[in-house]
Amino acid sequence: MQETPPAAAAGPAMAIAVSGLSKTFGTTRALIDVDLRVAWGQTLAVLGHNGAGKSTLLRVIASLARPDAGTVVVGGFDRAKDAARLRSIVGYVGHQPLLYDDLTAGENLAFYARLYGVADARARIGQVLEDVGGSAWADRRVRGLSNGMQKRLAIARALLHRPSVLLLDEPETGLDVSGLAMLDRLVRGVSDGGAAVVMTTHGMERGLALADQIVVLAEGRVALAGRSTDVTPADVRAIVTRQSEVAP
Amino acid sequence: MATVGTTRAPGKTGLVQPALLIVGAAFLFTDLYLIFQYVPTERVMGIVQRLFYFHVPTVWVGFLAFFIVFVSSIMYLVKRTEVWDRRAYAAGEVGMLFLTVAMVTGAIWAKPVWGVWWVWDAKLTTTFVLWLIYIGYLMVRAYAPDKRRGARWAAVVGIVGFVDVPIVYYAAELWRSLHPELVTGPFAESGGLAPEMRTTLYFSALTFMLVFAYLFRERTAQRADEQALDELRARVG
Amino acid sequence: MSAYVRSALAIYRKDVMIEARTRETLSGVFMFALVVAFIFKFTFDPAPQVVALIGPGMVWVAYVFAGIVGMNRTFVLERDRGTLEALLLAPVPREAIYLGKLLGAFTIMIVVEAAMLPVFVVLHDLSFLSLPFAVTAVLATLGMAAVGTLFSAIAVHTRARELLLPVLFLPVALPVIIAAVSATSLLLDGGGWGDIDLWLRLMLAFDIAFLVLSSWAFEFVLEE
Repeated sequence: MQETPPAAAAGPAMAIAVSGLSKTFGTTRALIDVDLRVAWGQTLAVLGHNGAGKSTLLRVIASLARPDAGTVVVGGFDRAKDAARLRSIVGYVGHQPLLYDDLTAGENLAFYARLYGVADARARIGQVLEDVGGSAWADRRVRGLSNGMQKRLAIARALLHRPSVLLLDEPETGLDVSGLAMLDRLVRGVSDGGAAVVMTTHGMERGLALADQIVVLAEGRVALAGRSTDVTPADVRAIVTRQSEVAP
Repeated sequence: MATVGTTRAPGKTGLVQPALLIVGAAFLFTDLYLIFQYVPTERVMGIVQRLFYFHVPTVWVGFLAFFIVFVSSIMYLVKRTEVWDRRAYAAGEVGMLFLTVAMVTGAIWAKPVWGVWWVWDAKLTTTFVLWLIYIGYLMVRAYAPDKRRGARWAAVVGIVGFVDVPIVYYAAELWRSLHPELVTGPFAESGGLAPEMRTTLYFSALTFMLVFAYLFRERTAQRADEQALDELRARVG
Repeated sequence: MSAYVRSALAIYRKDVMIEARTRETLSGVFMFALVVAFIFKFTFDPAPQVVALIGPGMVWVAYVFAGIVGMNRTFVLERDRGTLEALLLAPVPREAIYLGKLLGAFTIMIVVEAAMLPVFVVLHDLSFLSLPFAVTAVLATLGMAAVGTLFSAIAVHTRARELLLPVLFLPVALPVIIAAVSATSLLLDGGGWGDIDLWLRLMLAFDIAFLVLSSWAFEFVLEE
């Protein structure tokens, strides 16, 4: 289903290497000295309560936010020196679908295909629309699409340029049961194709089931990191609930 | 935690600032003596011409301040170190103060001499535009959603505004050639200054630079303290 | 075609497509210019010989204010649905985003300026149509769009965004406004290329200076 090439087959060993990452917003310290590594073909689930820094972490990796300290290297490209090439291999799904209301689903994808310089744009758009189950509404304006459809389209947008690193910020939001199944299928397909996936999620069980690795953030710090097989929901829950009590 | 009290390094502002204050005050009193006692009254314009020694130096310092804003803004965008932002901000605020004084003294001087408060020659137009850009510069910081973006946006405004100033001057000059006004007066001066007048003018300029330097450094240090406090707050939570 | 031009044109085409569908900005800006021109009639009720005198100023006040209204909207579309983020995520030079957005603002302004020409004829019996005037308008509008696009990217993220843009924009754009009004006056007095030559050069210098400077500065404006 996904023909994602391992972008840097002969290149860097790690898909994502984050070290000493800190980020402050005003007087809020969103991330404090975060270290993180994800290998090609691996899926990492980032867990934690609201405000733990999950979204900020993804935004920094996607080069949307600039870190105060630390290094971010994605696919061998340093965020500070090679942002453009880093961006070309990253796919990102955020809280907002990042779509234009007055363009159709197909036109939105065609626009992004141009920005990313996708070679076989027409075929590729057909392909990703089919992958997310959206072929039927390709010619409908986004304004008229339901939240679930927009979320699917946002995922299609993120996959359009065959990213070798996929970042998903709470991708379940707005998806129904069949949407969730589609998401799981896509994530597995992408990582089977050799790409690295990082997803934040509230659904702890789903995260544990889907991911190879788990990181739990609390108050901007890595509170727990390990292989998903070694971590139990109880471990995670212990951290998350403790932090929610402490949090203001 | 232990470093909180020492964010203002003693050697840095601890000795220089009091020294600047004492020297500046001495200069200021001397300057007042020169302006009101020493320098002879101008023949045509009379007593009001003494405003000249306030007006011209404050204009100079106002433009100098904006040059500091310009250079510090470039340095901030290139180096991203907070100290350059603090310098730019302080120069912007103090420069705004000087330019306001310059415009008020200029208007008070112009009224009895020219019969109007203001004329639109190239110098005055450029000064007024610079003053407006200063306001925009400070407004951007006030309206920004967070300090960091405010700093970056202000830097952009500071750079764009500075580059604009000579173009404004040229445009205003060209415009005046189309709209000639019958104005001769204070600005027909330059070459015709008596030696005492020249001495007083330069001394006054030096004095206002010292005053500027003192205020600029004081404000920069305040901003450094402010930031240290913010960082402390972030750490405490 | 370089990635720079390709991405800029993609952004421009996308904006044109959305505008063609909604016509929100274009019709709003045109109505604004129309109302300004109409208000002049009743605030000054100028006699024909006065119209010849204040006509150029009237036209450019209408153009500049309408331009501000239009440029205020340049990034509203991108901000409301967060799509500015999508542009930032893409591997396109930030200068290309600036250029694409600038072309959009420029197009809206030029179209409205052209559409207003017959309005001035009807309301004030003023006709400007000539090649030198067209060149003046293009150079002035390009300069305004160069500065306005940069500042509107700042203003859109602030509180009171409608307020900040004119405060930042008008002082900086003053040279092109002076140049446009002066050149238009000279043309209305029967002047030709030779008379407005210096003004055209001034605008050209302004345009180049601020296109280059704003392209460079744009990145720092967009960053989170």
